[in-house]
Amino acid sequence: MTNNPNKVTFYESPPRISEWRRFWRVFLQRKLVIIGLMILLILVITAIFAPWLASYDPYRGDPYDALAQPSAKHLLGTDIQGRDTLSRLIYGARMVFIVGFVTTGFAATVGVTLGIIAGYYKGITNMIIMRIMDALMGFPMIILALMLAAILGGGIQNVIIALSVAMIPGYARILHGLTLSIKENDYILAQEAMGSSGRRIMFTHILPNSLPVMIVLITLQLGTLILAEAGLSFLGVGIKPPGAAWGAMVADGYKYLTTNPVLSFAPGFAIMLVVFAFNLVGDGLRDALDPRLRGLL
Amino acid sequence: MTAYIIRRLLMAVIIVILVTIMVFSAMRLLPGDPLEIFIGQSAGMGQMTEDVKEQLRHEYGLDKSPVIQYFDWIGGVLRGDLGRSITYRDSVGTLMAERFPITLHIGLVAFVLGNIIGIAMGIIAALRRGSWMDSLVTMLSYIGISIPVFWLGFLLMYVFGFHLKWLPISGYVSPFDDFWLSTKHIIMPVICIMITGLAVIARQTRSSVLEVSQQDYVRTAWSKGLPERAVVAKHILKNSLIPVVTLLGIGIGIIFGGSVLVEQVFAIPGIGRLLVTSVFQQDYVVVQSGVLVISFIVIMSNLIVDISYAWLDPRIRYG
Repeated sequence: MTNNPNKVTFYESPPRISEWRRFWRVFLQRKLVIIGLMILLILVITAIFAPWLASYDPYRGDPYDALAQPSAKHLLGTDIQGRDTLSRLIYGARMVFIVGFVTTGFAATVGVTLGIIAGYYKGITNMIIMRIMDALMGFPMIILALMLAAILGGGIQNVIIALSVAMIPGYARILHGLTLSIKENDYILAQEAMGSSGRRIMFTHILPNSLPVMIVLITLQLGTLILAEAGLSFLGVGIKPPGAAWGAMVADGYKYLTTNPVLSFAPGFAIMLVVFAFNLVGDGLRDALDPRLRGLL
Repeated sequence: MTAYIIRRLLMAVIIVILVTIMVFSAMRLLPGDPLEIFIGQSAGMGQMTEDVKEQLRHEYGLDKSPVIQYFDWIGGVLRGDLGRSITYRDSVGTLMAERFPITLHIGLVAFVLGNIIGIAMGIIAALRRGSWMDSLVTMLSYIGISIPVFWLGFLLMYVFGFHLKWLPISGYVSPFDDFWLSTKHIIMPVICIMITGLAVIARQTRSSVLEVSQQDYVRTAWSKGLPERAVVAKHILKNSLIPVVTLLGIGIGIIFGGSVLVEQVFAIPGIGRLLVTSVFQQDYVVVQSGVLVISFIVIMSNLIVDISYAWLDPRIRYG
């Protein structure tokens, strides 16, 4: 057999698996992730369609039907003002998602920006930003939020502000570390050599590259945030009555623990369920996006 | 190592200074007259004449510039003078001295137990990966990081207090007065305060042990025929517990944060409850000092953790 110099051999390239398909396959393979997603889906639907799902007014009760035990009429009974517990829970889901998403949007935007700037510019900028973040982290989150809520007063906007400030350092710290490692890549060096501005590098290169970590971080932080919000409304500095906040419902129901335990058991269970779901989905996302992050996030 | 310690100490000093500035300005940002902060509710202020108010402002140093006020306050704090509470009509230092040991007692027990149980659970789960014990630990740690601690308090209270009547429902007894009664009192609060930290530690230990188990030196240890006990104790555990150390500092923060909620649930007269009542009574001098003392402790414990971390793992100091 002679070698024909004109013959070109084609080697088959390895089959390409789209990153997306790989991600979905790993992500949806886990039963726990599916459970978490289902819980969240049900809760989101509940929150959106609350007026259609709740059979009673969550804010106005029937005083003649106060502290009713669970029955076919009131599946989870009624509170001291005769308000239907289940209806209040359903409306409370709205509060959880509103506070959760608005706070996260705010805290993540500020925290991520600060973290990237601190990581990119090093030096004095880094020093100032990160030491302020360290100082904020020196306060246990619930205590910082409590102090801020005390200063600002209750009400939903102030709770959102207080929790946002308390959540910012968490995002800043992780993004700071991440930026430092992304900066070591050659494509950043290439951008610098081409004369790109710092702002361009930070927001068109570093930011998109930190997206996977951000998605995981946001999901996991949502759980922490919901617990903190519940803690604040349990202490009584959260959403003002008659608003239905799950944490406050636990605190109100506590007085009737011996006679109507369901009054504080049901909302507490709802809080646990939603935090649990966010943690399951967050862990699933992390392992599907980058298993090396286990332990870091 | 000395250079590292000095650098970390300097950083901690800067952070503490920033914290004092934050706490100070937070209290000055309150809407309304800062005089209200010092004399409590604005109730009495309506009837006061301008002269009296001026007099009071002078007395509390509120007529000075904010910078001087800050240094006056810091000077006081450094001399151990944390100000006076309006509601309790007592110095904040005395109030804290009464309540601090209570929070510390519960917090320390929770810290020690939570870390020991958490690390043990994490190691067992990782070494028996995929077994029922692993699933159990994973499930329990998910519950631990998801459960609202105040709600867990009510659950325990309902089961062990009301129904089984094994444990006292609320309150606190000093261990020096009656050790057994005191221990019975703190069982439920300790469980509530330690649960979050325990779950976090168990998760971290598990993934850290799993990671170290895949290292080449562990494979070498197995292949040279060492017994399981030696591989686990000498090679896996020693290396995998290093990252767990960083979490110990976070644990202190979780304990103080948790004490705010748990002391409220079980009516324990500790620092957390003092803080919450002071927020509602608008006793801002107490809030200011309480928050300051707690964050000082958190920062210092993080400093100790960082230094011991660098001591355990030389890669950190030179990093």
